[in-house]
Amino acid sequence: MSMQSPLSRAKGMGSAKEGLHHWVVQRFTGIALVPLSLWFMWSMVCLAGAEHAEVVAWMQAPVNAVSLSLFVGVAAYHSALGVQVVLEDYISHEGFRMVKMIVQKFLHYFLAALGIFCVLQVALGA
Amino acid sequence: MAQFRLPANSRVGKGKTFDAPAGVTNVKQFKIYRWNPDDGQNPRVDTYNIDMDNCGPMVLDALIKIKNEIDPTLTFRRSCREGICGSCAMNIDGTNTLACTKAIDEVKGAVGVYPLPHMDVVKDLVPDLTNFYAQYASVEPWLKNDNATTQDAERLQSKEERAKLDGLYECILCACCSTSCPSYWWNGDKYLGPAALLQAYRFLADCGDEATGERLDALEDPFKLYRCHTIMNCSRTCPKGLNPAQAIGEIKKMLVQRAG
Repeated sequence: MSMQSPLSRAKGMGSAKEGLHHWVVQRFTGIALVPLSLWFMWSMVCLAGAEHAEVVAWMQAPVNAVSLSLFVGVAAYHSALGVQVVLEDYISHEGFRMVKMIVQKFLHYFLAALGIFCVLQVALGA
Repeated sequence: MAQFRLPANSRVGKGKTFDAPAGVTNVKQFKIYRWNPDDGQNPRVDTYNIDMDNCGPMVLDALIKIKNEIDPTLTFRRSCREGICGSCAMNIDGTNTLACTKAIDEVKGAVGVYPLPHMDVVKDLVPDLTNFYAQYASVEPWLKNDNATTQDAERLQSKEERAKLDGLYECILCACCSTSCPSYWWNGDKYLGPAALLQAYRFLADCGDEATGERLDALEDPFKLYRCHTIMNCSRTCPKGLNPAQAIGEIKKMLVQRAG
């Protein structure tokens, strides 16, 4: 039984003085993903049935290589921010939440780095 | 971790049924959540068949009739019976609202009456609002002034400035909005909830307050403020027709503006 006052409990440890940056970046990446996703889907439709050499040539065009890298990076970042919110919402155990948070961040950053590396590998013709 | 069923002592059982007097034709059925902390029993839902020819039009009228004439053990809060005190907030027909302003004939079939969701229950329809009130107190809901001149003098406000408080000052703190919010259900210990945040914005929007920066500092927190995911249950359920979700959006906007 805790003798802590209700007000003390409600105030908790006070404000973390953060959250704005996360909120803004989640919206920025969301807005950026609108044209990037449309461009990606449109490109995939255009490339349907194309030969391997044609796709490689398409990826080697600077605008396509940069857009594809941005799409992978921004999507991974947006997803990392979103999954963070889900974990904060539903996992109340502090320690467990921290472990999941670290794992999901590493996973997202790894996937982003891997995706961008692959795009550059093809684009730069390695 | 994840819990998919209610704890064993919270599972709701079948309760007693109280029939309407013989010969009564205009009957409405009320299914009311009952829980007594003193008898060691699980919660149950009691069924009351009410003679509507001898009952007022609102759900609160039926609850008072039940308490007076059928079952004096039924426990609920009520006071003003005209939607201004917020005491009789409860979950009626699946929606949080005030029993005193909810017309019985708006409900098709049996009227389900439960306490406000996801709060500890004190008894029957009475939820424990200790944390809710403490959260309200934590946003320091009073005008703050630094200098003595404004402290001791009349604080002038233009009509336009006063109009900014419309839709905010009418809140009666009935807790319908906060207890309808899934984010508040999961993290109500840390998330302030729509009611307290609407009140926080009421003082951010008041030109007579000089603590805007301090207030924004206290709110900028992943849990206190940013657990709001614009689910909008708060605005949909508010029995006063207010829009807490919009007020929370305004707070978020102010934080963006402050950061430039």
